Order: sequence, then structure tokens, then C-alpha cells
Amino acid sequence: MPTIRINAQQSTGQTPHSLGLNLSWSKSAQSAITSLLARYPAERSRSALIPLLHLAQREFGGWLSVDAMQLVADTLGLPYIRVYEVASFYTMFNLQPLGKHHIQVCTNCACLIRGSDEIVKEVKATTGLTSSGQTTADGEFTFTEVECLGACVAAPMMQVTHSTGGIHYFTNLDAKKTREILKSLREKGEADKFADTPPAEVDPISHGKYAK
Amino acid sequence: MSNPTNPTQQPAAKANTAAPAPASPTPAQAQPPLPPAPEGMLNVFVDGILLHVKKGSTVMQACTLAAKEIPHFCYHDRLSIAGNCRMCLVEIEGMPKPIASCHWPAAEGMKIRTDSKLTAEARKGTMELLLINHPLDCPICDQGGECALQDQAVAYGSDRSHFHEFKRAVDDKDIGHKIKTVMTRCIHCTRCVRFATELAGVEEFGATGRGENMQIGTYVEQALQSELAGNMIDLCPVGALTSAPYAFTARPWELKRTSSVDLLDAVGTPVTVDTRAGQVMRVLPEECDEINEEWLTDAARFSYDALSTNRLTTPLIGGKPATWPQAFEAIKKALKSSTPATTAGLMGNLQSAEDAYAFKAFLTQTLGTQNLDSRPAGTLPNSAFLTTPLKSFDTAEAVLLIGCNPRLEAPLLNIRLRRAALKRRMPVYAIGTQMNLAYPHTHLGETPEALTQHATTFKAHAALQILISQSVLQRPDASAILAAAAKLGTVNILADTTGRTTTHSIGALPQGKGNGTSGILAAWQKGQLKTLFIHGEDTASAMDVKSGKGTLIYLGTHNTPLAKAADVVLPTAAWAEKSGLYMNGEGRLLGADQATLPPLNAKEDWKIYRALSAELGNPLPFNTLSQLRTLIAQANPAFAPANLGQITAAQRPEFRIPNSEFRLSTKPFTAPVEKYYLRNEYLKQSQTMHAIQAESGSANLGPQPGAPMPLPTKPAKPKGRGAAHA
Ligand code: SF4
Ligand code: FES
Ligand code: FES
Repeated sequence: MPTIRINAQQSTGQTPHSLGLNLSWSKSAQSAITSLLARYPAERSRSALIPLLHLAQREFGGWLSVDAMQLVADTLGLPYIRVYEVASFYTMFNLQPLGKHHIQVCTNCACLIRGSDEIVKEVKATTGLTSSGQTTADGEFTFTEVECLGACVAAPMMQVTHSTGGIHYFTNLDAKKTREILKSLREKGEADKFADTPPAEVDPISHGKYAK
Repeated sequence: MSNPTNPTQQPAAKANTAAPAPASPTPAQAQPPLPPAPEGMLNVFVDGILLHVKKGSTVMQACTLAAKEIPHFCYHDRLSIAGNCRMCLVEIEGMPKPIASCHWPAAEGMKIRTDSKLTAEARKGTMELLLINHPLDCPICDQGGECALQDQAVAYGSDRSHFHEFKRAVDDKDIGHKIKTVMTRCIHCTRCVRFATELAGVEEFGATGRGENMQIGTYVEQALQSELAGNMIDLCPVGALTSAPYAFTARPWELKRTSSVDLLDAVGTPVTVDTRAGQVMRVLPEECDEINEEWLTDAARFSYDALSTNRLTTPLIGGKPATWPQAFEAIKKALKSSTPATTAGLMGNLQSAEDAYAFKAFLTQTLGTQNLDSRPAGTLPNSAFLTTPLKSFDTAEAVLLIGCNPRLEAPLLNIRLRRAALKRRMPVYAIGTQMNLAYPHTHLGETPEALTQHATTFKAHAALQILISQSVLQRPDASAILAAAAKLGTVNILADTTGRTTTHSIGALPQGKGNGTSGILAAWQKGQLKTLFIHGEDTASAMDVKSGKGTLIYLGTHNTPLAKAADVVLPTAAWAEKSGLYMNGEGRLLGADQATLPPLNAKEDWKIYRALSAELGNPLPFNTLSQLRTLIAQANPAFAPANLGQITAAQRPEFRIPNSEFRLSTKPFTAPVEKYYLRNEYLKQSQTMHAIQAESGSANLGPQPGAPMPLPTKPAKPKGRGAAHA
């Protein structure tokens, strides 16, 4: 009887592959891991999975490659699939490389009512991107539509995550302010003067100073 | 004859008094107060019927007890409770919403309604949701006709959909030669994920993404490294995971179902052999709590193509096809020049009790020889049985493995050990090669000396179960190992196949002063034997018989190298082609029915001996299968029909330690099984097995240490959500 081999189609999207990056943790990340693991009982190190994924995302260019996830799994002694399940579940873990500035425009209720459509339109027009999740060819911007980021009081708003590690909230946006922010980001690499919050100094994950 | 025991899954709850009360639609307060339920029980109403259920039962168990069918997908008796399909919704009076009965605990005085409008509507709604993304490809789906989704959609679903968007499609995953995937059909019940994680112990399957993008798959596309992966096919309620070798070959309603027994390991799993027009189309496990629970090894499930590959279909003389009379004539001629002392017989490890009895009767009665055996060369004259029933390993105090790798020798026993090691933290010690058992165990050394070195560790356990691989009995220091082990706990010998323990129980062993396998082969090679009968594979190889001068008569199913080396070949029936009695590794009598006929001119084994004995002028005293079975039962009462499904410990050959020199050697143990999927000649005939072995590489099945598994400190909760995620 012939053997029946069912070949999967060329896989798209979900099935990841290692890039052979051979990653390792930096010194500061290592100390962050030590303090993170200390929070959980030794045999429940799985609890540290999400903080470690955040850490890996910061360490390795703002996104989680398969190699980064494997490093996390090996650090915690978990099967790889358990890490991939978690990383692919949460939208704040990026499984694709991002641009230098990750523009996350809130399109949830409050922002929508206060005109987030206009902001989305402006971001698309300025960056030339056509839909959420895309990155510009020059690698400057990635744009995503996100759900409520808890700044409804100053809607509409967007959050920008920089590949250097900082995060900014820009609130009370209109088309003009958005255009200026993007311009400043592209030209100067920062737009601090428009921001409501200073870039995060203290690492929210390890509660230590985040040095990269 | 059919399967031994017929265990039905018992819900944890037991109805002590299922007094039917008049169904009353009136609200609760209209009824008189209930008398309290007996100690440890609860009063529960299911559709107005009062039941007493054990405290801690779920609503679903209460309904099952009341014989009310609850449709479900994700719930499975032998897996942890996930509660994610929502098909089991039922109404509970006084609750605002229907609840998922599979994980909702029953409470005192609860009034469950499985027949209400709300329940019916909840089911209909869930079904509609499940079908939103399910393709309408039932006509080309291998699950069609035995699909839980199909059946439940008919019984509980709606006849139309409100959904007008696009359906999603999911990439199929290439996970090897065992399982074909059509992932668009998946309804995300996660049974497969829970099986891989909780029972098989290979955490390679998972659910990635979320919401509409959720998918079931592996981390990177690769063959699933589990010797039990095929069970996911049975568990998958839809056609997402189907058997790859069976793909598009038959429809379930065309198949004839026959009960049989898997001989390939000592567990002796009861199986159903499905045939169509005389061809075996697939092999599925039957449910038997004492033996296999409801699992089957991949070797047994996927190797059936061996039944139609490279078969011997006609007698051969010197490699040329011949008729039966010609073959018998040739044998008669050969026997003329031999005496009982120069005649011998060897029997392989996949034969039934009938085969073994006829073989023994033919050699001892017709030919008058004492030289016969059915054990590998050098094996101690010991019976190879477990003295502890398989199920008792669930409650064992501690287990010591000597030269034994239960994951490869008896995967279904390994499931029990794994569960005990993880849930009860039962200590498992191993002496032998390093291995990956899929659960934590303490490796104490590679040589038998570890037995004495760690004696204090073992003595700390009052009831240590010791598992010794049958291959250990071939070592020169086997007696010493057995003697040392017997001092530490209960000695169990794990045979390689159910055929082996069957031929042992029948006593196809050297008689009187006759030679055993090593003696027979040595005599043959020295040219002292004139005629050698070899029935089935494994006791001798083509290499062993090459240098002999006499007539080699081979009775077997496949054209193996051994068959090619034989002077006369008689084609016999393979396991699915004959009715047979078997005794599995724990000494339980099992019966297999004939599922199909032997190919072309091949004949059932016992009939060959009967005909040949008549030809030689000394006919054996049985003409029918029932006469033969009566004789077998007389010779060994354990084989009496009344014992089917029973363990007859008293009747099977005793375990005894031969008196010889007791010195443990320093020679390390060897791995009992090298290539799991190709470990005997029968499996080697299967193309599927070759493909599976090639892809299974070394990852988890090889005899190498696995990554240390983090241990839970507290014993995991015995029941409930995520219980086995330890
Ligand atoms: S593949 Fe089958 S068993 Fe696995 S989650 Fe999907 S439907 Fe359930
Ligand atoms: S809705 Fe946009 S921040 Fe809350
Ligand atoms: S069976 Fe209860 S939710 Fe699936």
C-alpha cells in the first residue's frame, strides 16, 4: 500500500521558524530575570513567562522572533509550544519586526466619538500605509489600530513605542498635531515636546531602571 | 468470542436510590422539604427525577446518571476539564443563564433541566456558533458518518444559519505520517492538546493566536514525537485530525467490525479490526479499563498495511511455488531421514494459543521430539509475566525499572506510570540506559550493581514494584539480577509481545531433556539436526540458520529473509486472519475473532499441523477449532472459555528463580528497544512503519535523557480544571 503523505500548503502567518539568531540575554536583562524569578516559587517559574516575554521584546528589537521565544522557553524550562501559545495570544507581543516608531492609534469608543477616524486617516496619509499592522518601507513607522489604552479622558489619543525602549502617550490629538508628531519623529527621531508623559524611565516589568 | 471485559465508563457519582419523583413544573417552594441525602451524597433533580449523587460530582455526571444525554465536545472522561465548547449547556432552575454542565459542580437541591426550552435553545445557539467556521465538506471528510459534530448538529442544531460573513480558513499542518490534518474543520475543543500534554507527555501541540485567529498546531511544523499520537485521531470529535494511512480509503458504514487483540506488546490491547471486502482498512482500540483504558499504540494502529505487503500466499519448495501436497511430500521425505533427536521446532513471538498448542502437539506427539522452544536464545527458563495487574500500577507505591523502557516496550503501561509519577509523585527508579520516559524518574546507574548499591533507597518502600524487561533474562547474570530484585520487592517481567506470553502459557518450551533455543540453533549450525521447523519470526534469524545442513521448514506469514533461507515454506494466517486465544503480559485471557481470510493458499496454522500429521500417518486429535480449544483448556485450565477477560494468576507458569551462581556482572544494560516502530519482523513489513520511524528521529523516542521536567511541589489536585497540567 502506498504511503499517504499529506503535504501542508506553504504555511503562511502562524507557523514560525527559527532565524538562527543565537540570542542571549544582556547583563541588565539577566539581573532583571533574577529579580523576576524571585517573585515566584521556584517550581512555578512558568508564572514569569509574560514578564520575560516583555523583556525579550525590549531586548531584541521590539519584537519576538522564534529565537527570542526559544530563549525565554529555555530560560524557564518550558516546552516551546507553551511560550508560543502565550506570545501569539496577546496583541502586545509582536511576532513580526516593527518600524522604529510603533504608532498605536486607539479606535475604541471614546476615541472614536472624539474623532479617531480622522487620526487614522492622517497617519495613513502621512506614512503612506494602507492598513493596520503595516510597516513603512524605510522601516520608520509601524501603524496599528488598538483598543482602549485608558486615556479616554483626553481622547483621541495614540501611543508610540520607540524601538529604543521608550513609550509615549500623545493625547487630545487632531489631524494637525498628529502630522507634526509624525514629522518630528521622522526628522528628529523624537517628539517629546508633544507628549503628555515622559518616556518611561522605570521599567514597568522589572521595576528596575531600564538600561539598554 | 469477543472482548474480555466490557467496561463502561462509570461516572464518579453512584445512584443509591434513584427514586423517581413525579415531575413537577411548579416552583421549588411548592414542594415539601427534602429529606437529607445520605452521608457524602447530594439530592439533585434531573428533569424532575430525584437522584443521590456523590458530593463533588458535576452536573453532567448527575445527568449521565439519570440517563440523560448531554451533548458535548470538549469534555472527555480521561482528560482534564476544559469547558470551552459550551455544547453541554443546561438550564438550572433559579439561575439566570444556562451553565456548562461539564465543569459545574452539582449542589444540594439543584434542579437541572435537560429538556427545557432554554436548554434546547442554548444547544442550538452553540451549535450555530460552532458551525460558523466549520466547512461544509462532510462528503469528502473521513470523519463523515462517525463525526460528533455531524451527529449533534442533526440532533441539537438548527436547520439554518444567521451567518453571512466569510468563513475563515486555516492552513493544514504537516505533523507527520500518522495524522492528516484539515485544520479548518477544527472546533477548538483542545482535546488533542490536553491529550498530548497530560497523557502522552509530549508538549508539542498547542492553541496559538486568539479569537478568530486561534489555531491548533505545533510550534514549528514537525512530526509529532509521540508513540501515542494516533489516539488524538480518536479523540478529535470532528475531521480535523484523521488517520493519514486511512485517508480516503473507506467510509465507516462500509466497514465490518471484528474484535481482536493487538499482539505487538505485552499489554494485549483489545482492538476492533475494520475490514471492507476482506481487506483490513484500519485498527481501532476498544475500551477496557483494566487493560488499555481506551488508548492504542501507534505501532498497532498504523501497521496494518503489513497484512497486505510481502505476504506468503502459496507453499514454496526451494523458493519455487508448489502445491500443498507437494510441500507435504517434501517434508515427509525430509522427516524420513531424521529421528526425534535430530528434529526440532522454534516458535516466534506473534502466535496464538491454538498455534502454539498445535505446534507443540505436532512436535511432541507426531514427531516425538523434545526439542522445541519459543523464547529468544539464552533466555532463562522463567515465565515472562507481570505478577501485578496493569491497573494496579495506578496505585503502586514505587516502581523500579531494570533494563526496561516501558515507554517503548509497553507505552500503555507507561501512561499509567506517568500518571502516577506526576499526580501522586510516585517515585520511579531506573537502572539501565538513559531514557526519556516523558516523566521525571531517578536514574541510578547503568549496571546491575546499582541494585545492591542503592538497596537502602529501595528498602524504604514497603511495596516496590520491579519491572524487568524480558531482554534482561538473556543476560548471563540474569539469575543474579532476579535474585537481587526479588529481595527488594515484587518482580514483574515485561514480555515483548502478547504472543510471547501466550506461547509460554501453552508451554511451547523444551520438554524433558530437550534443547532450548540456543541448544537447537547450536545443533543446527553444527549440522546435528536433520529437520528444523521454524514457526513465525523472532527466535531465529536468517543468519542463525544459514550454515545448517538439514531441511529447514518455515511456517510464516511474510517472505522475510528467514523464509527465503528455508527449504520448504508453508504460508500461514496472520493475526487478523484467524480466531485465536491469547494471554497478555499480566496473564489475562483474551480472544480474537477472525476478521478476514488468509491470502490465497495460506492456511490457518493449526490446520496445517493437523493435515501434516495425518499425512505422516499419526493424526492429531482435533478436527475443529472447538475441539482444539477443548484440548487447550484441558492442558491449561487458564484457557477455559469461562476465563475470558480474567487474570488467572494461579494457572499461568510460576515465576521462579533458577538456582545458579548469583553474581551481578558489571556489564551495563542495553536498551531493550532500539527502533520502536520497527522492533519486529511484522512491523518491518509495514511501509507506514518505515516512514514513521524515519521521521521520528531521535527527538523524544530515542534512549537519551530528556530535558528535566519541572516538578510541582504539591501533589496536583486530583480532579477539576487543569488538574493534570502539573
Ligand atoms: S484538532 Fe480536533 S481535537 Fe484538536 S482542538 Fe481541533 S477539534 Fe479538538
Ligand atoms: S477609548 Fe481610546 S483611550 Fe479609551
Ligand atoms: S463539554 Fe462542557 S464546555 Fe465543552
